[in-house]
Amino acid sequence: MRPMTEAARSGDEPDRAPAKEARAPGSRGGRSRGGRPAGLGPWFLVLPALLPILLLSAGPLLYGIGLAFTDSQSGRTEPTEWIGLLNFRDLRHDTLFWESFRVGLVWAVGVTVPQFLLGLGLALLLSQDLRMRWLARTLAIVPWAMPEVVVGIMWRLVYHSDAGILNETLRDLHLGDGSDWLAGLSSALPAVIVVGVWAGLPQVTVALLAGLQNVPRELREAAAVDGAGAWRRFRTVTWPAIRPIALAISALSFIWNLNSFALVYVLTSGGPGGRTRLPMLFAYEEAFRYGQFGYAAAMGCVLVAVVSVLLAVYLVGRLKGADQ
Amino acid sequence: MKRAGPGPTDHPTDHPTPGHSRGRAALSRPSAALSRRRAALSRRRAGVPRRGRRRAARAGQYLALLGYLVFLAFPLLWLVSTAFKPPTELATLHPTWLPERPTFDNFRRAFDEQPLLRAAGNSLLTAGSAAAISVLIATPMAYVMARHRSALSRAATGWVVVSQAFPFVLVIIPLFLILKEFRLIDEPAGLVLVYVVWSLPFALWMLAGYVRAVPRELEEAAAVDGAGRLRTLVSVTAPLLAPGIVATALFTFITAWNEFFFALVLLKTPEKQTMPVVLTHFIGTEGVADLGPLAAAALLATLPSLVLFALIQRRITGGLLAGAVKH
Repeated sequence: MRPMTEAARSGDEPDRAPAKEARAPGSRGGRSRGGRPAGLGPWFLVLPALLPILLLSAGPLLYGIGLAFTDSQSGRTEPTEWIGLLNFRDLRHDTLFWESFRVGLVWAVGVTVPQFLLGLGLALLLSQDLRMRWLARTLAIVPWAMPEVVVGIMWRLVYHSDAGILNETLRDLHLGDGSDWLAGLSSALPAVIVVGVWAGLPQVTVALLAGLQNVPRELREAAAVDGAGAWRRFRTVTWPAIRPIALAISALSFIWNLNSFALVYVLTSGGPGGRTRLPMLFAYEEAFRYGQFGYAAAMGCVLVAVVSVLLAVYLVGRLKGADQ
Repeated sequence: MKRAGPGPTDHPTDHPTPGHSRGRAALSRPSAALSRRRAALSRRRAGVPRRGRRRAARAGQYLALLGYLVFLAFPLLWLVSTAFKPPTELATLHPTWLPERPTFDNFRRAFDEQPLLRAAGNSLLTAGSAAAISVLIATPMAYVMARHRSALSRAATGWVVVSQAFPFVLVIIPLFLILKEFRLIDEPAGLVLVYVVWSLPFALWMLAGYVRAVPRELEEAAAVDGAGRLRTLVSVTAPLLAPGIVATALFTFITAWNEFFFALVLLKTPEKQTMPVVLTHFIGTEGVADLGPLAAAALLATLPSLVLFALIQRRITGGLLAGAVKH
């Protein structure tokens, strides 16, 4: 389960009115912004949270980047040594890693895009006055609250070759005998992607629902009066209003999906034949099964670098599109 | 402004009724006078065919909604159904949607097969401590973030956003090594620490939002009345923040209760493992599992999260909506 409020809220963060500072109570009013220290009070309040953050989140990130340039291994007695770019040179020729990388990208795109489209559709439906909407709203939130492991187990039961409901339904409809979805070389990845879409739908839907509140109703009504069809109303009125949130949530869910681990670990553990071995699973095995800490850290670095570039290109491209 | 979030306040459904519907009133609900004018306008503009199209559109919407309901609900129904099926029904080649002879036997067997109670206890302890600690240290910082505009709070806000993109691959190995240095591997305390740090960004975000919702004027009034800083915080701000603090703590609890990756890496002794890790033990090395107990255990493990989430759902989505509406 992932928190997602950031996606929708970050939009309104930068424009908090600075005028408010002038009203800050007591002696600290308006000072902090000029760079002058605001007294020891705030530091005292911030420190309990700041220490663990620095120690266990910012620190490890830098440490991890450093590890990528060493030959660190688990359970070794000799001291770890700097080996420069050797890990990265090895990675370049590691076909297994690149295969896993490819699977990871297919997974992330394959989950994020349908998730976004389905979430948008659901959000638009839920903002209408339809009967049974309460049921859809409740059901749409449920996957968010479920442990990922349980989601994985649940879909294993659905996909089960004999006792699964999917194959039984297919047999009932005379659409063939069904198959062992999670074990088939070609069906495993799509099957896992469907689960990924199901599991992440709530966050996207809720964010977009919040975004739909930004749609100026007067504009939509005016467009309706002018006789604009549903598609044109969406294109010209709704979409521009929810665009920033749509952008944020699609980028975020792409990252979340690349980071996902538990779902696929429970469903297939990366099998069959590595067809669903996401980079996270690969790095996990490399680090905690084979003990290659340095090498696994290098994988992490490559992954982060490529993903940052992809995201930057996506966001810059989209933002440019907005200007035109 | 129309509330569109998944809150419970559903509007009275306005269905296409003759005379009122042609102006696409169902799409938006303008005031009565406005809608009358609009209906008259569109009646003039569009003939009768438009009404048929509107009906078709409505039908399409319901069809789509039905599709979503099926997609969202059928795995859940199947999980529940499997949990109540006796072994003979699970072994047949033609499973039925509902158990023919429902039984609680799977639940008893689930407890026999795996130490579920101990796992639940471990999860409760880790998630509970993580929630308590993270709220305890996040509240003061969130207060500073919301009330002071300093470089520090800007950096904190930036970090909250960046942390969403945190690459776990890169963080888990150093984290493992650091915790090993402190002898916290295979200790619940180590896992609690990780959960605290991992849930801090969201806790800070939620709490800062709740602090902003407390009117500054109240604090100022207390100061004018001669209350000291601490006194103001304790007797004016804290009571108003309490519901937000509880919601944040519950959300952190759910996140930690559901978490799998860190628990898998950091806890090795079976006696110390948390619920999600123990659940995976139901699945054997060959991927073969006793389906009934597996489903029963999975169902039980989900209940606490579902119940708590139902309690705070409105607060989370409500807070989200408040944030999105306010410009």
